Parts: sequence; C-alpha cells; structure tokens
Amino acid sequence: MHDPEFNVEEGQIPEEILQKWEARGVSRRDFLKFCSVMTASLALPSTFMGKIAEAMEADNRPSVIWVEFQGCTGDTEAFLRSNQPTAAEIILDYLSIDYHETLMAAAGHQAEAAKQASMEKYKGKYIAIVEGSIPMAENGIYCTIAGDSALNIARKVCGNAAATIAVGTCSSYGGLPAADPNPTGAVSVSEAVPGVAVMNMPGCPLNTENLTAAIVHFLTFGRLPATDNFGRPKFAYGKRIHDNCERRSHFDAGQYAEKFGGAGHRQGWCLYKLGCKGPETYHNCPTVRYNESLSWPVQAGHGCIGCSEPQFWDSMTPFYKRLPQVPGFGVEATVDKVGLGLAAATAVAFGAHGIASALRKGDDDSKGKKED
Amino acid sequence: MSTLELRYVWEWPVRLTHWINVISIVVLAVTGFYIGNPFVAVPDVNAYVMGWMRFLHFIFGYLFAISVVVRIIWMIFGNKYARFKAFAPWASVEGWKNMLGTFGYYTFVKRKPPFCVGHNALAVVAYSGIFVLFIIQILSGFALYGQFAPGSFWDNTLGSLLVVFGSQGLRLTHHLIMWLLIAFAIQHIYSGWMMAIKEKNGTMGSIFSGYKFIDTEDES
Repeated sequence: MHDPEFNVEEGQIPEEILQKWEARGVSRRDFLKFCSVMTASLALPSTFMGKIAEAMEADNRPSVIWVEFQGCTGDTEAFLRSNQPTAAEIILDYLSIDYHETLMAAAGHQAEAAKQASMEKYKGKYIAIVEGSIPMAENGIYCTIAGDSALNIARKVCGNAAATIAVGTCSSYGGLPAADPNPTGAVSVSEAVPGVAVMNMPGCPLNTENLTAAIVHFLTFGRLPATDNFGRPKFAYGKRIHDNCERRSHFDAGQYAEKFGGAGHRQGWCLYKLGCKGPETYHNCPTVRYNESLSWPVQAGHGCIGCSEPQFWDSMTPFYKRLPQVPGFGVEATVDKVGLGLAAATAVAFGAHGIASALRKGDDDSKGKKED
Repeated sequence: MSTLELRYVWEWPVRLTHWINVISIVVLAVTGFYIGNPFVAVPDVNAYVMGWMRFLHFIFGYLFAISVVVRIIWMIFGNKYARFKAFAPWASVEGWKNMLGTFGYYTFVKRKPPFCVGHNALAVVAYSGIFVLFIIQILSGFALYGQFAPGSFWDNTLGSLLVVFGSQGLRLTHHLIMWLLIAFAIQHIYSGWMMAIKEKNGTMGSIFSGYKFIDTEDES
C-alpha cells in the first residue's frame, strides 16, 4: 500500500552532515547509530532521523548550565562514562557546557563569573540541568556553593532557563537526602522552585540514553518531551519495568527464584519473591538498559529496587520483600503476620464468646421475658 | 399469645449481591493472597498460574465492584431494611437504644437482644464500616490495576491515588483490608449463627430465602 505521506528521503541523512561529523572524529556508522537510537528512544518514526541529524547540525549550540546540590555526582558519572563514541559523547561535543562543577577547568570566582556571564548572555535560552536535592531546613545552610544557598542558586539558574531538567532521583523527588528522617529538609527541584516547569528524569543514576534523547528532542522540536503525572517524560517512563521485563514469562508461569543462588535463581526465574519492585516502577531499563545497553539489575540477577520512583528509599523498602512494613508494628512485622494475628484473635474472641453464650442462662424465651 | 409470622425481609437484590460478594471475596482473597505471595511452585515452563490467578482476580474484582455498586443503589430503592436509613442507627434515639441493647447482650449484661426484624443496630454499624472498606478496596484495587496501562481509563480516573498514597502504600492497604475482611467474615458468620440459635427466628436461613420468623408478641 502506498502512503503518500511517507517519504523515504526524509529518513535519510544528507551526505554533507555525515562528512562534517566524520571530520570531527565521529564515524558515519556511529552518527547513523546515534540518530537511529535517538529516534527509537523517543518513539518517533524512522523518517525523523533526518530531522534529528539536521537539528544536531544547526548553528545554535545550546548553552547548558549543570548545577549539583545534595547528590553523589552519580548522574554526572553516568553521563561521562563512555568508552566508545556514544550518544553521550556526541551530545557532549555538541552542547556548550558552560558550567559544571565536575567538568569545568575554571575554579572559584572565575567559575562563578562564567556561570553568571552565560546566564545573562543566554537568558531564557539555556538548558538548566540540576543534579541532587535542595535542602530547605535552616534557610538552606546545609548546601551552599560560593557563599550562596542551593535554593537561591536553583531559583536563579532555573528561573532564567529555557528548560529545566532534574536528573537523578534526588533532584526529581528528593531521593536519598530526603529519606526519613530527612535532617536537611531536602526537597526536589520542582518543590523548591515551584514556579518553574521542571522535567524529572529520575533514576539512581539516571539513564544517559534518556537524558540525551530528551536533549535531542529539545533541539529538534524546541521543547521538552511530553510528561506524565510525576513530571517524567513518557518516552522513558511510560511503561512499567514489569511489563517489558525479560523475566516476565516466568512471572506469568508462576516460576519464582526463592533465594539468591537457589535453583530458581540459577535458572533465571522471576525475582518477584526476592522483592523485585519492577511491578511498581516506571522506567525503560529493560529495553534501554545501562552501561551502553550492556545489562541492567534484573538481567544481572537482582530485583529492581524502584530507584526511579518517588521516595523509593522509604516506600520501596524493605528491598527484598514485596510489601512495606506495617507502621507501628516493629521492624519485622509483615502485613501477613499482622493480618493472621488479627484473624486468629477474632476467631478466638468469638469462639470464647460462643462457649460463654452456649452456657449462659435465660435463653428460654418465657424465662427471659419474666425476668425483664 | 405468641404467634409466629413469616415475613419477607431480604429482597432478592439484597440476597443476590450478598452471595456474589461472598463468592467474590473468597476468590479475591485466595487469588489476591497468591498474587502477593505466590505459594505454588510451578516446574513447568508452559504453565500460566500467575496469569490465571491475576485474570481471575481482575474478573472477580469487576464482579465484586458491580455487586457493591448495585447494593448501594438498592439502598435507595429497597425496602426499609435495605435502605440508607437502616445503615445509620446513630442518627436516631431508637437506633442508639438498639445499639446499646445489642452491645449489652454481647457483653453478657443483658439476657435478651433487643427486638429487630432486619439487622440489629450494632450489626449495621459494622456493615457501614464494611461498605467503607469495600469502597477503599475497590478504589485501591482498580488504581493498582491501572498501573499496567498509563493513560487508560483506570489510570486516568484513579491514578491520582497512586500519586497521593504511593503505589506501595496502596498495595499495603489493599492487603491489610483483605485481613480485616477475613476477620469480619469470622465475626459475621458467628453472629448470624448465634442469633439464629438464640432468637430462633431463622436468621441463617433468611439470607437464602429472604424470610424471617417474627414473633408478633415481641413486635408489639
């Protein structure tokens, strides 16, 4: 069937663009791979490959200001760890990263001045990327950079940006610093800077392929991709891990690894009974995977811990059990122990009541009435 | 003179929804318990145990939800024993009397339970609570069910529950309420049985036939 809208030419990447990238040290094959991976990640038709290549070509190298607060630099590490020309490398070459504490050569006043300069020069045009949570307790004294609190920096940096991306679980939801009892009053970027539109890209660490795809989407279409209830881009967080999991057939069959190293575990059965949180976690880990698509936790034999879900350190624990603990019943009480206790207590109470009732006097109607 | 009169108390929608609820709660508890903690070991790769358990759970979840909704609608159209008013004894002086009387009977303070044709007041207080649990169970169940398809009907209507309470919080609640309903079932069967024996009015039979034996002298 011939579709008049479909144009093979659109999907092709012009020769001169490929040559330019070759001159920059990125082979044609790598650049083609990059464009096709990005198109597929964003769930776009293959005809968009040419558009993506053109967007990467346009002479508008966007300025990026990457700030880090209460985080472990894990997201930066994830972004930089590439040992072959990859998506991340291409995008790193293309972007103009004007401020990044881990990457920049400048230090001290010089660095702050550079940040200030690019914020003014590209006001409303740059991309703000935030890593780590923002402490709100005691006026934010728990995290200060160059004498200014994280909260103030976030207000300035995110408030003047064209788009703000929160990378990692800490900046998306507060993450580990916000876990109970949250001594620093850590919150997410969207909570700290309510007026600013923030796109959350949680994960511990976030998946670089997704961040790259989000930036490519921004470069190609001039806006960030569509988001869900939690402010996450749907292309990366639109499906549960469980629904794309390679061990799903074992789940449906009823085959579960009972313990690490056990028979079921060695056969690659479902990790549900070892506390896998795949059924409540939205992420594209099973399809995109980590470390250049090498592997991901479930493939490596460990259940998902739900690291990209809100408050995962509080809500997804215990990591090796399916359900959270019942509040108020001590650390080891599971819901089934509490429930069984409740049912047993009911049975005992009414059993005793039954015996007492059987023995009680005055059952006889006439007798009862006389005494009333 | 004491005469017994056969009276039609539970109309057919009341009995039908009651028994649909019984069957669905049993199926939902067994399949739900399996889903939470798969207790059957399956060596065959071609099995589909969890798949069928979940399928049954969802089918009976729908059946149960419809039954509960029908019963709530029947609180508008049903007879006086089935209406909203009967489920709120705390709204009337008589209701309070009946409640305290029944409580007195259960705690061995009184020798006879207060006379009533439909439910006694203490029982309906429990049933009102049970309806609340049913509704929480249905809402949390369909919210969790909607997780498999973001953007689906259930995700759009109940997805906000996942944002407010968290999906694990909802799972825990869903699981806890199952145990509360099991505890309720124990009490419910016991009380029905006890009243049937003590009042000799055919309480246990009435949920099958709809009829109770009413002592006209008691009623006056």
